Amino acid sequence: MIEIKDLHKSYHMGSNSLHVLKGINFSVSEGEMVSIMGSSGSGKSTLLNILGMLDEADEGSYNLDGKTIKNLNEKVAAKYRNQFLGFIFQSFNLINYKTAVDNVAMPLYYQGVKRNIRMEKAMHYLEKVGLAEWAEHHPNELSGGQKQRVAIARALASDPKVLLADEPTGALDTKTSYEVMELIQGINDEGKTILVVTHEDDIAHMTKRIVNLKDGLIIDDSVVSQVRAKEAKERQEQAKRANHV
Amino acid sequence: MSKIFSRDSWSEIIEALSSNWFRTLLTAFGVLWGIFILVILLAAGNGLENGVKQGFSGMATNSMFMWSQTASKPYKGLPKGRRYNFKIGDVEAIKQSVPNLRYVSPRNQLGGFRGANNVVRGLKTGAYNVYGDYPEIIQQQPMDITSGRFVNYSDIKENRKVAIIGESVKTGLYDPGEEVLGTYIKINGVNFMVIGTYKKKSQGGGDAEEAQKEIFVPFTAFSQAFNMGEVVGWMAVTAQDGASITELKSQVFDVIKTRHSIHPDDDRAVGNFDLYEEFSKINGLFIALNAVAYFVGILVLLSGIIGISNIMLIVVKERTKEIGIRRALGATPWAIRAQILLESIFLTIISGMAGIVLASGVLALVNSLMAGMDTSEMMFLNPSVDIGVVFVALIILIVSGLLAGLIPAQNAIRIKPVDALRTE
Repeated sequence: MIEIKDLHKSYHMGSNSLHVLKGINFSVSEGEMVSIMGSSGSGKSTLLNILGMLDEADEGSYNLDGKTIKNLNEKVAAKYRNQFLGFIFQSFNLINYKTAVDNVAMPLYYQGVKRNIRMEKAMHYLEKVGLAEWAEHHPNELSGGQKQRVAIARALASDPKVLLADEPTGALDTKTSYEVMELIQGINDEGKTILVVTHEDDIAHMTKRIVNLKDGLIIDDSVVSQVRAKEAKERQEQAKRANHV
Repeated sequence: MSKIFSRDSWSEIIEALSSNWFRTLLTAFGVLWGIFILVILLAAGNGLENGVKQGFSGMATNSMFMWSQTASKPYKGLPKGRRYNFKIGDVEAIKQSVPNLRYVSPRNQLGGFRGANNVVRGLKTGAYNVYGDYPEIIQQQPMDITSGRFVNYSDIKENRKVAIIGESVKTGLYDPGEEVLGTYIKINGVNFMVIGTYKKKSQGGGDAEEAQKEIFVPFTAFSQAFNMGEVVGWMAVTAQDGASITELKSQVFDVIKTRHSIHPDDDRAVGNFDLYEEFSKINGLFIALNAVAYFVGILVLLSGIIGISNIMLIVVKERTKEIGIRRALGATPWAIRAQILLESIFLTIISGMAGIVLASGVLALVNSLMAGMDTSEMMFLNPSVDIGVVFVALIILIVSGLLAGLIPAQNAIRIKPVDALRTE
């Protein structure tokens, strides 16, 4: 599904040049759930941006579902983003003046889907994340966990090949984080390829494979046994109860 | 392109604009004000033009008046400074030799401004202008016949001593309610029968009172009664439609000059007042006035448009993140650009329409206030703009909305999605 070879990226700020990615080789096959870990400055967000076609690599090749992603013009890039990728951000990035259902329908709007079909599909995905009765609410009337679930519904709306999640639980408390991860695991169970960038160990262990990044290089890439978010949540609640007693 | 007219893009625009009502209104006000000023200025110019031109209404503007002065050059043994008079034969000669003339009306005059009392009726006397005229004069200097009739050709042929008097003459010489037609007035000791009364519009505002203090009698009777012989005081010459009196008048002068042995280059021997030239000058004035109105109006509008452009820039800046999100979700640069442009055009047109409506309201108010007044002597009448001007204003609005949105839209697509999303 994703195939990258010898990826380099550096940022130039005035006379200083910062070499962020120093030759990444990495591939993900269909149905995988991979987490990318690393301390801040390790280049994980840059890698995700390149994977998401939000940014371009200086060197190296990137293959997404058999298509070479190189020197795309903005129009094609927009089309690919819309068709192949769904984004989930740390700060949710919902549009504040649109209702939940309108937010979810946005990728479909840019696909040129007719309004009634679009709304129907958007409602379907909102139901899937359990927010059907919140459809007409604006983001500022929703809790953090709800907002992230709307964002997930939006990422799913265009039925993309890959979900890219950038610190999806970074702005959430542990309990809500586990709920969101539970949802993401469910989506992976249905066969969707998912990439999660995180620096939290427990979140990383809820994926099936952890890629560790340090100073722009992959230092470790290993398959782990997945911790189910549901179980983690229950365990946490038990511990809490035990503390109370 | 079809997206522009779809319901979705419109609801997007409305949503975006209504997310900050106060700012949208303030921005819209700039354009509203600009178009308001433009329309009001044009309408005021129109009103002034209508008001001034009503003074000319019905008058044959393609006319000139000419009178004899003194020769300023010696010619054929005749000295300079010589006086001469037009003769009745000149009229026929001019008609024969100058083509495209409609009327050539000779006229003699008695009395004048601050003249002595020259008209007597019973115990009442008054000082009035008395004109000996041909019937055509009513086409050149229009007047409303309020009773009876004007001079006709039978009067001319039979030297009838009849008179048409102005409304002010009537009030000066008659008691209120007294029958006027058929009575006699004595002009310089000669009896004339009154056969009509008139009311005249003043020429370009002033002298409305003076214009009613005139008495018209047939030219032939005038000449006979007041011993004018063949002398003609002055002439009113009107060219046919399509020919310009300003171009024809030198030919007319040439006829006069040959008939009266005046040096061909003597420009001062024939005095004239060219109504057409004056009218053209006034016309030119209004064209200039219109141009000024457009100039000022469009400049004011421009500042409103710059306001819109400015606000759109801020909007784009503010919505950097939103634009980044949209890009991440698959919006093409064109979709983003189209949205900013449409927002700008939409805002411009809506506020422009509001400005036009407001201006029309003000004009309607002014018109309804003026409807109650007698505007015939006012220099201002029916201020209005025609639909064509409104149409032009609309096109200006669309174009300027497009211009106002251009830079912000370009700014919007220059934002990279990754940079937009990074601002947290």
